Amino acid sequence: MPARPAISAKPISARDGDILILVGTNKGAFLLRSDRSRRKWDVGGPHFAGRSVYAMAYDGREGRHRIWAAPKSLHWGAELCASDDFGRRWSRPEVPRISFPEASGASLANVWQIEPGLDDEPDRLFCGVEPSALFESRDGGESWSLNEGLWNHPHRPRWMPGGGGLCLHTILTDPARRDRLTIATSTGGVYRTDDGGKTWQARNRGIQAYFLKEKDPEFGQCVHKVVRHPSKPDRLFLQHHFGLYRSDDAGDTWREAAGGVPSDFGFAMAIHPRNTETVYIVPLQSDEFRCPPEGKLRVYRTRDGARSWKPLARGLPQEDCYDTVLRDALTVDREDPVGVYFGTRDGRLYGSRDEGESWSQLAENLPAITCVRAVTVRGRAKARARVPAARPRAGERRRRKKAA
Amino acid sequence: MPVHFFVPGPLRDFAEGRSRVDLESSPRTLAEALDALGAKYPGIARRVLDERGEVRPHVNLFVGADCVRFGDGLATPIPEDCEIAILPAVSGG
Repeated sequence: MPARPAISAKPISARDGDILILVGTNKGAFLLRSDRSRRKWDVGGPHFAGRSVYAMAYDGREGRHRIWAAPKSLHWGAELCASDDFGRRWSRPEVPRISFPEASGASLANVWQIEPGLDDEPDRLFCGVEPSALFESRDGGESWSLNEGLWNHPHRPRWMPGGGGLCLHTILTDPARRDRLTIATSTGGVYRTDDGGKTWQARNRGIQAYFLKEKDPEFGQCVHKVVRHPSKPDRLFLQHHFGLYRSDDAGDTWREAAGGVPSDFGFAMAIHPRNTETVYIVPLQSDEFRCPPEGKLRVYRTRDGARSWKPLARGLPQEDCYDTVLRDALTVDREDPVGVYFGTRDGRLYGSRDEGESWSQLAENLPAITCVRAVTVRGRAKARARVPAARPRAGERRRRKKAA
Repeated sequence: MPVHFFVPGPLRDFAEGRSRVDLESSPRTLAEALDALGAKYPGIARRVLDERGEVRPHVNLFVGADCVRFGDGLATPIPEDCEIAILPAVSGG
């Protein structure tokens, strides 16, 4: 019989001050670790080999070192897993943590976003899923409930799936108003609640949608990503399916902000952790091609709140590059100078240690990259008592049973 | 011999490592058999069926040699002594 080797994930370990990059791909998750120099990276993985991972998050609140990942098996469905030891063990509950209630008539297709809540609510988390819906946990991720206000919104039946599916991919909390939450869905657009999720209003005024007949549609926009800085939560930046926008009133109105980019189409967007006017994007050529304009892979950065954009290309391929960067595959760390990272559908991970001025390839030949997150590990890494219990492997369980 | 399930490798973590799970009851239909399996090992049933109780599109269930997708689905009658096989469909990329 031919050999069928088992797939085991290469482990990494991380210490206080290390930088960690979480990389989701269409065939598993990878963890990269470096010390603060960010010059040499250890690559760990693949975790969840063969399953796609569209969402990952790091929860460092209350001394945690918890990595969340949402592997999706084509066969067995999507679920939410957590690790408190940098991927050596992943908790995998018998019944998946996120399920649509029976009355909804829906079933979970994928998890597109995992977002820890505010710092002073350390047990609160949010997930954006497909079909477009928002789930919330108030007990550190043990249990989750569907936000009924958004699910029952009269617009929802008229939201349409984009190329990736009908997904809720952006969740923005507001440190200044804790009952406010802003989400974005493709296609549907931006919605905001100001009463803790009971009611939601479309916030798309000014966002043009060439694919709709209506000139100023209330909803139906294909928003790809929205970012905001926590210290200035009313200023939002938005990458649309054609169109870059800025809002200074928490999404009540939007105005175009695409001066100086070679294409206003793109997916990914990230904001600087300290400078509220600095945003990064990766423009792509048209919605038919979705590759870098002129075959040149360039990140664009604004430092003046999207009034102007500057290309950042040093170290990136500038000839015959037809790679693509997806909506959650661009991120920043919190170091000084800031590290910027992005992954491509061709499995290349690029990083910059100088706020985007120059780039190097951190990994290549990975599966298609779907999401990238970067964090600095703080404090001594040890498991907390309240971790959602990891399920021992079957062999271990048999040994324990026998011993008992 | 009792009605039993064949459990594929990726789901054996949810059945204490077993490839075969015997049912103590005598289910009349596949739906009843999956209910009984779910009572014993919810982690398996919940991955074979979605939260609406529908068989996931890339999972094939065989009662004996017959794929139920082309028969009566979850209403498929379960004869005595039969094996119900849970098999991942050939799909991926």
